[in-house]
Amino acid sequence: MTLFLRRTFPLILTFLFGVAGALQYYIPHPVSEAALTEVSVWLRIILGFAMILGIASLCHVHYAKIRIRSAGWGYSLVVYLSMLATVAVGVWSRGQEEGTGFGWIYTYTLLALQGTMFAMLGFFVASAAFRAFRARSKEAAVLLTAAILMMFGRVPLGEYLAPVAGPIAGWLLNVLNTAARRGILIGISLGGIATSIKIIFGIERSYLGGRD
Amino acid sequence: MATSVLIGAWVAAGLTLCMFSFLYKDNPFFRFGEHLYVGISMGYTIVRIYYDVMVKSLYAPVTQEGKWWFLIAAVLGLLVLTRFIPKISWLSRISFAVIVGFGSGVAIPRIISSNILQQVQGTLRPLLGNNGQSLFGMAQLNALLILTGVVTVLVYFFFSIEHKGPIRGMARIGIYFLMINFGAGFGYTVMARMSLLIGRFDDLILFGSREYGYASLVLLGMISFGLFMWERGRTRTEPPPD
Repeated sequence: MTLFLRRTFPLILTFLFGVAGALQYYIPHPVSEAALTEVSVWLRIILGFAMILGIASLCHVHYAKIRIRSAGWGYSLVVYLSMLATVAVGVWSRGQEEGTGFGWIYTYTLLALQGTMFAMLGFFVASAAFRAFRARSKEAAVLLTAAILMMFGRVPLGEYLAPVAGPIAGWLLNVLNTAARRGILIGISLGGIATSIKIIFGIERSYLGGRD
Repeated sequence: MATSVLIGAWVAAGLTLCMFSFLYKDNPFFRFGEHLYVGISMGYTIVRIYYDVMVKSLYAPVTQEGKWWFLIAAVLGLLVLTRFIPKISWLSRISFAVIVGFGSGVAIPRIISSNILQQVQGTLRPLLGNNGQSLFGMAQLNALLILTGVVTVLVYFFFSIEHKGPIRGMARIGIYFLMINFGAGFGYTVMARMSLLIGRFDDLILFGSREYGYASLVLLGMISFGLFMWERGRTRTEPPPD
């Protein structure tokens, strides 16, 4: 019985929910549409709990660092204090952002930190490219040329120096790039469908984790 | 100007400069900003989950609309948390089975429709020309290029047959299309990051004005001095390299 609950029951559930999800698309009835909406909310609720799992794991990692006073444990304390402060202000503001302390935290700390973090990636991507981009082969030369044309054609200076740069970058993006992207998308989609079918029929079980 | 805006400007400028200090090297200012980012993100996510999911999607429908069956989702959600208890962690499989099973089922027809059929349609239809348009215009040439790219990229990824003879030639053309895609993707990403960078510098320049009490300049000086002192302390405590 335990083995059935541990292994077979989840597989049966996967099959039933998978088939129901696939069939729903072909039943254009208000009841079917309503069912999809309801189950989508179900998934949101379950994923909400799954997020708690992730947050708890992160808290556990930082708690362990503080407990054993490992190198840089003070930064883990920063994580905890800032998290608790944000939650306290968020609850005080009842989750509202407009004109509240919670909105202030979002605008002046989270956005500033997030924006700078991703902006800095520009430096590192550019410096990595400077070191790695060498036209050693024809393929690498094509990649390099496409990247340079793309960057040059997307800034006012590029268009000012060579008015044709903008249209070339546009053509590159809308024609040649679209062709490759469509090919990749169709390939990924075929792979996704195959994996979904394997999951529904219980051939692919790695998502269940563990051996029994 | 409101006091909260002024304090906000100082905080935002300080945190932005803390993060930018990493361009010099890994240092305590950056680490502080980095960990603050993680903490605030976690706190923000917790609040959003509580109000948007637990209250809006679960508590309100159950108590106000009588949708008691949403409690089943709550039970499935709680089962996910059994991952913390090794003895009964297998119960979380039930929740994952529902998520993965339904997700897979819903995905199949939608992927076929939007990612395959519509993409094939978008690739082939322009070749036939639109109302009254010439069959041999620039649009058709572009459409032919797109068709060539799609087919050759798919051939490159098709490993069920050996890449020899004409198949090898087609796969080679596919590689060139892929390289253009990667190059364009790289260029586009760099430009997107640059626009973010310009946004951050815009804010720093604004916060460096008299109206904001020269926040950016004062904080830049303080962080530079802090970095100088940190470097000095490090060179004193660390033994010289051999």
